[in-house]
Amino acid sequence: MGSVYGLVAVGLGLIWGVMDVINFAHGEFLMLSMYSAYWMHSLFRIDPLFSWPIETAIIFLLGYLTYKVIIKRVVDAPGLTALLATFGWSLVLRNMAQFLWSANYRYLPETILSNKRLLIGPLVIGLPQLAAAIGSILMTLAVFYFLSRTRMGRAIQATSLDRDAAQLMGIDADRVYAFTFGLGGACVGVAGALLSTFFPVYPESGALYSTLAFVIVALGGFGNISGALQAGVIMGLAEALGGFYLGTQFKYTVVFLIYLLVMQVRPKGLFGW
Amino acid sequence: MNKAAARERNGLIGLICVLCLLPLVTGDVNIHHVMVMFLIYASLGEAWNIITGLAGQTSFGHASFFGIGAYASAVAYFRLGASPWLGLIVGAASAGVLGLVVSYPVFRLRGHYFAVATMAVAEIVFQLFVSWSWVEGATGISIPVAAEGLATFQFHSSKLPYVYISIAVFALSAFVFHYIARSRFGFFLRAIRGSEEAAMAIGISPSKNKLMAMVASACLTSIAGSVYAQYILYIDPFMVFSMTISMKIVLLTVLGGLGSVWGPVLGAAILIPLSEYTRIVFGGTGRGVDLIIFGALIVIVACFQPQGIIGLIKSFGRRAQKGGMGGDDRSMRDAKASA
Repeated sequence: MGSVYGLVAVGLGLIWGVMDVINFAHGEFLMLSMYSAYWMHSLFRIDPLFSWPIETAIIFLLGYLTYKVIIKRVVDAPGLTALLATFGWSLVLRNMAQFLWSANYRYLPETILSNKRLLIGPLVIGLPQLAAAIGSILMTLAVFYFLSRTRMGRAIQATSLDRDAAQLMGIDADRVYAFTFGLGGACVGVAGALLSTFFPVYPESGALYSTLAFVIVALGGFGNISGALQAGVIMGLAEALGGFYLGTQFKYTVVFLIYLLVMQVRPKGLFGW
Repeated sequence: MNKAAARERNGLIGLICVLCLLPLVTGDVNIHHVMVMFLIYASLGEAWNIITGLAGQTSFGHASFFGIGAYASAVAYFRLGASPWLGLIVGAASAGVLGLVVSYPVFRLRGHYFAVATMAVAEIVFQLFVSWSWVEGATGISIPVAAEGLATFQFHSSKLPYVYISIAVFALSAFVFHYIARSRFGFFLRAIRGSEEAAMAIGISPSKNKLMAMVASACLTSIAGSVYAQYILYIDPFMVFSMTISMKIVLLTVLGGLGSVWGPVLGAAILIPLSEYTRIVFGGTGRGVDLIIFGALIVIVACFQPQGIIGLIKSFGRRAQKGGMGGDDRSMRDAKASA
């Protein structure tokens, strides 16, 4: 679970770190990815295990267009205006999903991995969860590789450090931003496809993840991609252990408490400075 | 008192007079309902504006104070048989204490780290209330119906008393904001918003002033929460502690204009009737059409009027009187001139 949180948070943190825009619609991107995985499976019989590139592409496109149509106009606006726009957008997306597909929980029946378990000694690991964990880690590594090795990735890093200087070097900041938004979307695109194998799909299914992702991004330190992944794993563990020892109703309380406590020692996040 | 402050005060008094007269002109229950919601949210916006508009500390967790106020008055009557008014006062006090205790460590954080921390605190409070059986946990509290009257804080035959009580709460919040914004304390807060280091260098204690602002903001938020609970007569944690409440407060203030006494009024005057009427007109479908329209309008306003509505009005004013400065700058200049 932790690595899925990590991946969702990586997507959010990428947008947040590079553009200083809090994307409140992030959870809705995740929800839409889960819905597209659901529809791919029930309409075309494509298992989420193989359809994830399609979901990723869809959400990438959604993120790209969100930037081009909405965020572009507010990215330079003062303070909280961008937040206003993304929050409004999240309302639109969530209720659009409810309008089109109703508020019912949907489960993906009979995927290749569902209800299969792996037994390692006393440990029982559900295969869907295992696939989600491995997929998330691979995607995070891919994002990491992309950012540090490709031209576009370096352009994103440069723009995040100093936009004006990057523009003077001939980087098209507008294109970089659009791409970053798409890439942030692609992260949840993968996460949503993987989650849909063992998590119910409904219009609110992204909401919890976005609150957790905010906390994880902050815990990792803003602008720190690997920090977000590590913080995600920590929070996933905290949730599981907290749920086990204190009861499931308190598992998220533990997660939020850990954030508050860690912040007393490291006010700029675990891996930020 | 300088001219700008006097103008703002007179404007507020005028607004409150108009608000008092409005429900007498029309007997429409829907309009009374929208007025109550508008006034409660405008008060919440004013309260939030103290900590975020003046002191520059973005709080995403004001639902916790709102919920505490709502629960305090509901529990006072439901569990203890005490007057909801007592609950209102106790609620405001405990919200103040929560603001103090929680903010003390949280104020060490800056910027987004602070905002996320307020969100985390609000989520913790929310989850505690969900699993706290003494306050009925996730089921929520239906406040038992009592005889009508000011003492029981329940009115069944007409919404008018609620309208006037919320006008009083709004007046309280708006005037507290007005006086804080014009006081020495308000200028301290603005200095902190500008730069904590610079404020410290001229002898202002950021932690002390931020704490005081948070306590004031928390108390006012809690009072509005109590009135809300008594008006709706049913509360559960999902209604009063959710992120949606925190975000609604943020939205309407930012939409109206941050740091100005008129911001929350304008924002609430636009958002609340919009959300209530779209809910009345489209809400019956049960498929969220009202919220699609609501969200789309927020996006449109944010895209085309990023300064908030007040920015729009200011830019008109600037065009009218050439070379004039914006409200906040002008008031600061006036204050400097009169000092």
